[in-house]
Amino acid sequence: MTARSGSNGGARDVTVRVWRGEDRASGGFVQYDVPADPGMVVLDVMFRVQALRAPDLAVRWNCKAGKCGSCSAEINGRPKLMCMTRVSSLPEGEPITIAPMATFPVIKDLVTDVSYNYEKAKTIPAFRPAPLEPDGTRRMYQEEVDRVQEFRKCIECFMCQNVCHVIRDHEENKEAFSGPRFFVRLAELEMHPLDTHDRIELTRAKHGLGFCNITKCCTEVCPESIHITDNAIIPLKERVVTEFYDPLAWAKRRLFGQRPRQLGEKEPAAPSDR
Amino acid sequence: MSANYTFDVVVIGAGGAGIRAAIEAHLQGARTALVCKSLFGKAHTVMAEGGIAAALRNVWKEDGWDVHFRDTMRGGKLLSNWRMAQLHAQEAPDRVLELEEWGAMFDRTADGLILQRDFGGHRYARLAHVGDRTGLEMIRTLQQKAVALGIEVLMECTIQRLLVDDGRVAGCVGYWRQTGETVTLRAKAVVLATGGLGKAWRITSNSWEYTGDGMAMALEAGADLIDMEFVQFHPTGMVWPPSVRGILVTEGVRGDGGTLRNSTGERFMFRYIPEFFRAETADTEAEADAWYEDKKNRRTPDLLPRDEVARAIHAEVRAGRGSPHGGVFLDIASRRPAEYIKRRLPSMYHQFKELADIDITKDAMEVGPTCHYAMGGIRVDADTAATTLEGLYAAGEVAAGLHGANRLGGNSLSDLLVFGRRAGLYAAEYAKGRPKQAAVDRAAVEAASRRLAEPLERKTGEDPYAIHADLQEVMHTLVGIIRTQADLDEALIRIAALRERQTRVAAWGNRRYNPGWNLSLDLEAMLTVSEAVARSAAMRTESRGGHTRDDFPKPDPEWAKVNVVTRKRDGRLELAKEPLSEMPPELRDLVGEQAKPHAESTDMEATVPAGKPV
Repeated sequence: MTARSGSNGGARDVTVRVWRGEDRASGGFVQYDVPADPGMVVLDVMFRVQALRAPDLAVRWNCKAGKCGSCSAEINGRPKLMCMTRVSSLPEGEPITIAPMATFPVIKDLVTDVSYNYEKAKTIPAFRPAPLEPDGTRRMYQEEVDRVQEFRKCIECFMCQNVCHVIRDHEENKEAFSGPRFFVRLAELEMHPLDTHDRIELTRAKHGLGFCNITKCCTEVCPESIHITDNAIIPLKERVVTEFYDPLAWAKRRLFGQRPRQLGEKEPAAPSDR
Repeated sequence: MSANYTFDVVVIGAGGAGIRAAIEAHLQGARTALVCKSLFGKAHTVMAEGGIAAALRNVWKEDGWDVHFRDTMRGGKLLSNWRMAQLHAQEAPDRVLELEEWGAMFDRTADGLILQRDFGGHRYARLAHVGDRTGLEMIRTLQQKAVALGIEVLMECTIQRLLVDDGRVAGCVGYWRQTGETVTLRAKAVVLATGGLGKAWRITSNSWEYTGDGMAMALEAGADLIDMEFVQFHPTGMVWPPSVRGILVTEGVRGDGGTLRNSTGERFMFRYIPEFFRAETADTEAEADAWYEDKKNRRTPDLLPRDEVARAIHAEVRAGRGSPHGGVFLDIASRRPAEYIKRRLPSMYHQFKELADIDITKDAMEVGPTCHYAMGGIRVDADTAATTLEGLYAAGEVAAGLHGANRLGGNSLSDLLVFGRRAGLYAAEYAKGRPKQAAVDRAAVEAASRRLAEPLERKTGEDPYAIHADLQEVMHTLVGIIRTQADLDEALIRIAALRERQTRVAAWGNRRYNPGWNLSLDLEAMLTVSEAVARSAAMRTESRGGHTRDDFPKPDPEWAKVNVVTRKRDGRLELAKEPLSEMPPELRDLVGEQAKPHAESTDMEATVPAGKPV
């Protein structure tokens, strides 16, 4: 079957192979042909399949505008948002293959159980702001905010989690590793100009930052173009190194009888430079 | 198949209003559950782009709650609940600053405060924002706060019915989307924060979730709805290609300098300045352009309230001066530098580039009206967000009153926070005063469960997708921006026919994550609210805000004194005209004339010449 060949009263058709099933073992690909419209995205094709061929096809979506991060799937083997992937951007003459994200358990068809991410989110200590300025305001400058706003663009599509080989191929690592999404979250808090909580030991010990060997797969799939590896993970790694593995810091600690900060322990109070 | 849980307060809906309500109820000590149809953090609030309106006075010291109040009342064509508009304007700044305490990062002024941008109908630059993804920032901040507090979140759980015992709310019944299993939640108080109803229209900026379910459930349980005729069509949705038709283009494009043009290149909005706004609207291009920098000039007509702009675009297209794909042009490319556009409007840049092959820094966008927001909804008490059913509260888009006949851009996000907090506070307080749970009506739970099962038990029947598409066509063509008695009569006949088909709807497959089955259940609410909109629109024989009657093209002062109320009695919708509450004279004065600049001075004010942005 050729994709988008004319066979529907003049309208072009699009052919999709959609993974269907309620568990990985028994599920498989099912092929559907539906009429195409100009400018169609893959999510539109899924709606057509639901309306015309398979009313119970499970697809998770909300905004259909690339803002909510619900409709992540593997399109021709690459993690993408179905709502932002134009049919015309995919090779012509071949069926489009659409499969659920591989790293998470299947609930049904293209819908996966992403509760892993919601559980990890609960383990990150919340933002803890410094006291207000003497005039009762909060002052942050756009330059400081820019850096953190890049991380705040995250739409939680979990595609970075999906491609991360630490957990994609190793279910057993899930407990000790929180994945790129939460390194982004940790970096955001770590670099927030008003936050006072130190999460560096936590990042190392509980979130498994050391598992990441910076292959940048996460960065490549990020629909928000967040520089996950360069701007979030590597700076976090540097901070962990400074804190725990810097020989000078080690020597200083030995000399003055200090120990590295423990989980959740606050940074020693620094004189305010405001 | 049925699970039961018991809480003090159940909040249905986890957008901005729902999460804020749950946070407040939790902080008050109530055992609180937050229920949402989607994953947590995906609710409609995430799509809000331009900003959150609050008179923070960071950019214009002349702003204040009184000016914001005035703008809201005038934008709502004097039909807003004055007390809600007052509370909203007074409390919005605190709610925004509170988000900052919880980790939100808004764009900044040069001296490090929250930056504010211009928007339609707002006298001063008032909208706190994060580029054009303010809603994402807001929902993520609230989500992370709720997680930090350990609030119980029931995800992908669709509530379908409220339980009532002896005239007060007792809980609710629904199903888990992932398994299809029925779930019953007992609660002393319930907060509805389910959002709007735009999915009943064909061209809409709304997601699948916007089925009017909260309004329909409240109606079914005996609560009143008001103002259902007022549906906001956002003037600027994408129009091409067909698959993206309706996707929102933020008003921030115009707030940041973009202008509307027709096919002749004319900035046509100058021909559509209504008498009501003439005194405050620029009538030359020079003054309009100067207004962005200096508020001593009058506001550009590109930023008239949304109802005015949507009607103007509609009229231009009808007159044959539209763009190639049936919209008009929105041009920021020729008016602002490319770098500025990319920094201020990154998602718009991305959205047009990815979905329409348009570079908005080089070419004009094509835009047209898209169904966006319900001003109408559940009638609430202004201070407590209590509905007319005891123990039931409502906040956000599902509730009515604040926005009157037309909502100003940026006022919805502040609405969610101000009244979400109030709903959570008063629901928790009510629950505290109720030591015992109400009785659960077993028969009602049984009936709700049976109803859930029916579409899957029918071997043959009506296709839910076809009924939905037909309803969208009816609402789009007959209950759209411009309405007539004949169209509304026709719409009601067709809605009745669709309702008859809906009773025979059949779904395929099993209950596990089954969108066809879910839709077959959602149709009932969509049909109910559609009928409420069409009947209210037929009753209001005038034009005002988001309700325009071709056969009654002028506002009628008599209609400025009443709400149209919708109730369900004996299985039928009943409509009534009921008087608005009387506005105190001191507030009436604010609305009538120019609001006065703030008298009190701050240390910043000394360095700020009046009429210039800080």
